[in-house]
Amino acid sequence: MERKTDVVVIGGGITGTAILAALARLDLSCVLVEKEPDIAAGTTKANSAILHAGFDAPTGSMKAKMNVEGNRLYYELREELNLDIEWTGSLVCATTDEEKAQIEELKARGDANGVPGLEIWDGDKARGKEPNLSQKICAALWAPTAGICWPFGMAAAFAENAAENGAEILRDCEVTGIRAENGGFAVETTQGTVQARFVVNAAGVFADKVAAMAGDTSFSIHPRKGEYILFDKTAQGKLVKGIVFPAPTKTTKGILVCATTHGNTFIGPNAQEQDSREDTAVTTPGMDEIIAGAKKLVPELPMGAAITEFAGIRAVSDTNDFIVGESKTVKGLYHAAGIQSPGLTSAPAIARLLADEIAKAAGAKAKADAKTGRPAQPIFRELSSGEQAKLIEKDARYGRVICRCETITEGEIVDAIKRPCGARTVDGVKRRTRVGMGRCQGGFCGPRVIEILSRELNIPVPKVRKDGADSYMYEEKLGGGRK
Amino acid sequence: MSEMYDVILVGGGPAGLTAAFSAQQNGAKKILVLERDREPGGILQQCVHNGFGLHHFKEELTGPGYAQRCYDLVKDLPEVEILVDTMVLEVRKDKTVCAINPKRGVMELHGKSIILTMGCRERTRGAIRIPGTRPAGVYTAGAAQRMVNMEGYIPGKKIVILGSGDIGLIMARRMSLEGCKVQAVLEICPFSNGLTRNIVQCLNDYDIPLHLSHTIVAIHGKDRVTGITAAKVDDKMRPIPGTEFEIDCDTVLLSVGLIPENELSNGLGLKMHPLTGGPIVDQRRETSEPGIFAAGNVVHVHDLVDFVSDEAEIAGKFAAKAALGEAGGAARDLAVTTGDNVRTCVPQHLRLGADAEKVRLFMRVTKPMRGKLKLSVMSGGEEVFSKPLMIAKPSEMIAVDLPEAKIASLSSELVVSLTEGK
Repeated sequence: MERKTDVVVIGGGITGTAILAALARLDLSCVLVEKEPDIAAGTTKANSAILHAGFDAPTGSMKAKMNVEGNRLYYELREELNLDIEWTGSLVCATTDEEKAQIEELKARGDANGVPGLEIWDGDKARGKEPNLSQKICAALWAPTAGICWPFGMAAAFAENAAENGAEILRDCEVTGIRAENGGFAVETTQGTVQARFVVNAAGVFADKVAAMAGDTSFSIHPRKGEYILFDKTAQGKLVKGIVFPAPTKTTKGILVCATTHGNTFIGPNAQEQDSREDTAVTTPGMDEIIAGAKKLVPELPMGAAITEFAGIRAVSDTNDFIVGESKTVKGLYHAAGIQSPGLTSAPAIARLLADEIAKAAGAKAKADAKTGRPAQPIFRELSSGEQAKLIEKDARYGRVICRCETITEGEIVDAIKRPCGARTVDGVKRRTRVGMGRCQGGFCGPRVIEILSRELNIPVPKVRKDGADSYMYEEKLGGGRK
Repeated sequence: MSEMYDVILVGGGPAGLTAAFSAQQNGAKKILVLERDREPGGILQQCVHNGFGLHHFKEELTGPGYAQRCYDLVKDLPEVEILVDTMVLEVRKDKTVCAINPKRGVMELHGKSIILTMGCRERTRGAIRIPGTRPAGVYTAGAAQRMVNMEGYIPGKKIVILGSGDIGLIMARRMSLEGCKVQAVLEICPFSNGLTRNIVQCLNDYDIPLHLSHTIVAIHGKDRVTGITAAKVDDKMRPIPGTEFEIDCDTVLLSVGLIPENELSNGLGLKMHPLTGGPIVDQRRETSEPGIFAAGNVVHVHDLVDFVSDEAEIAGKFAAKAALGEAGGAARDLAVTTGDNVRTCVPQHLRLGADAEKVRLFMRVTKPMRGKLKLSVMSGGEEVFSKPLMIAKPSEMIAVDLPEAKIASLSSELVVSLTEGK
């Protein structure tokens, strides 16, 4: 199928969806293409879910600018798009004099980057905030503007807002080639060609491959894996309520102990350079490493309450900084590449910067009737019992709990599927509703979610996927086979 | 909807249904069973194999057959009401039960007694930290069992099963009967955690290899499982480097343990036992909260549903008595503790009044033992009860009855142990 549009955004992670939302508020037509069955399926689904204050990156770097600006923007977007964000603040902990000097350096850098409110605390004050911290911690850098967030939810919010403003989102749509044509581009995809005046490259770990397709070979991306262990909600009393970093190393912010917006806690990540852009296997040495690392911050880890382990791949550019802006060699091609940490925090700032540049190049103006929000998403467990009763009266499906661990109702699952850019896979439902994210990890609700997806999408059960393109879950009994 | 019931049961599996019947038999007039599934019967509905009921009903039944028997006990009783498709969100200390269902919406129900019969759930991949990727094709054995037996789909064609618990063994046979190839069952312990009869009937009869002291050290595949790496483990259950080997498969089923489902119990603040994972109960199955009882897998995981029914009868009876004000006093509170080679014993304490009745103890041993064994119950340095055993396995729960006459005279804590005879 042939499509014609003003802008194609390649990649449906947090960066791509944020850019799409910004572009869709202009009088431009835009299409986002994502190779996976759902948005937020790459780095966005497996990271530390932190909105950083902005003291890590070198002053003057694109990372520093985008981080501080992105953090500020999220304070506005939280209300506008109803994002799941808690402004917990963060602590960077020192256990030696050397590390103490390091965090003082971080504070100076943060001040220079324009991060508000940074303070150096002594160990006792840090333990006053997080009682389970190690007695060895002698000082900590307190950053009040940092927060924790729900990255899938935020990407979905951007995508939904973009869809409300007329943007089209094509999933299961992989880019196979990019040709210059008629002063613009012909983007070849597995769903046909998309003609566009501008191309935005937000392809994560594949951003250099996409750039090369369009003829820009000016940078390369190196995958760096980070592994995590997630704990059940019941363990939070033994861990932390906010974000706790160790003193950073040269390459990473270190292995942290951190709360999630839903009351879980995780430890990780490590930092493993690797060749594969897709290998998200967790390893025994990796898990041992993050357990050992996290113990330096919280000595007593409730390992029995671990509910899952996962790994994500960060896209590190060879400049070690974000590459944001128009390509130096291909006019009309805009990069948002090398978006590793603090990419999640930076997404709205990157989006704004690129949307401004493209608006200028295209002579586009803001849409007069652009919508700022997205459709309301009822969350049953957060309602009062009076509100719950009303919701069930209106739609009985809210009276049927499908996920027992997280108290997610059938109504919420159907809503997640029927929303703009709705869920099409089991993990897509999970990322929009938390179904299956609790301690039973979908043991009970998995078959029910498959049944609902099959019914609502009108596809047979063997066509229901977990997450990736070929992640089919069940088959017809023998003699049948997948049709 | 706000009504007062004599007894409210949270969960309509075999424990809940049997306890409801027992409560009715003991005089309760208004009994409510709350079940979250679409029909009563619990997990037994997906256990289509036979082997149930030999102890309790004295005949061999399938899982659905056993569930039907439990349902038949109560289905025509005017005193018992069953609400399906109903989720209990909270149980409070004042014995208010908050629940929802699509028809009635939000309900606040009040019981003079409550019996917790929520059952158990499966331990997951995350809890045991299996390294590797996270593709489709990794399921708990119970989830796969539901898909195969109730929904009519298979999880894949080439299967590896981790864990030799009973569900894993049953699924090995089930998948073989469906025409799938079960490549291997891996068990991290040096012994199986399933019933002996299941090892014989589900693995040996189908030539399925059981690798003891082995585990999965990596799951492979991006979107769908393509294989696993297995390895032998040492006596601390750590994989031994150099022993790895690959097994080709598209599906991994996990049967790595069951955990009593006690979110509501924790919400209530009940005293819990660290080893059973369930509430601490007395011989009447009353928890640390007066008027709140518990029975079945929510108290401790059983290997036979027959014992679940036995326990549910006890809880139902005493919950009814408590509701009717016939509970009687408890002059003595004696702890039941575990001695040599006994891991857990339920009940964990006895609250004895004037009306001493026989007490049944359910226990699990710490390791497999064979030979001339002696199970003994001591109190104040004296042997209250003993029983010779030939064989004891952690996977097979041992039940013994302490006679009424002995109970009446007890005055100090009981210690249960298993020793090798001379």
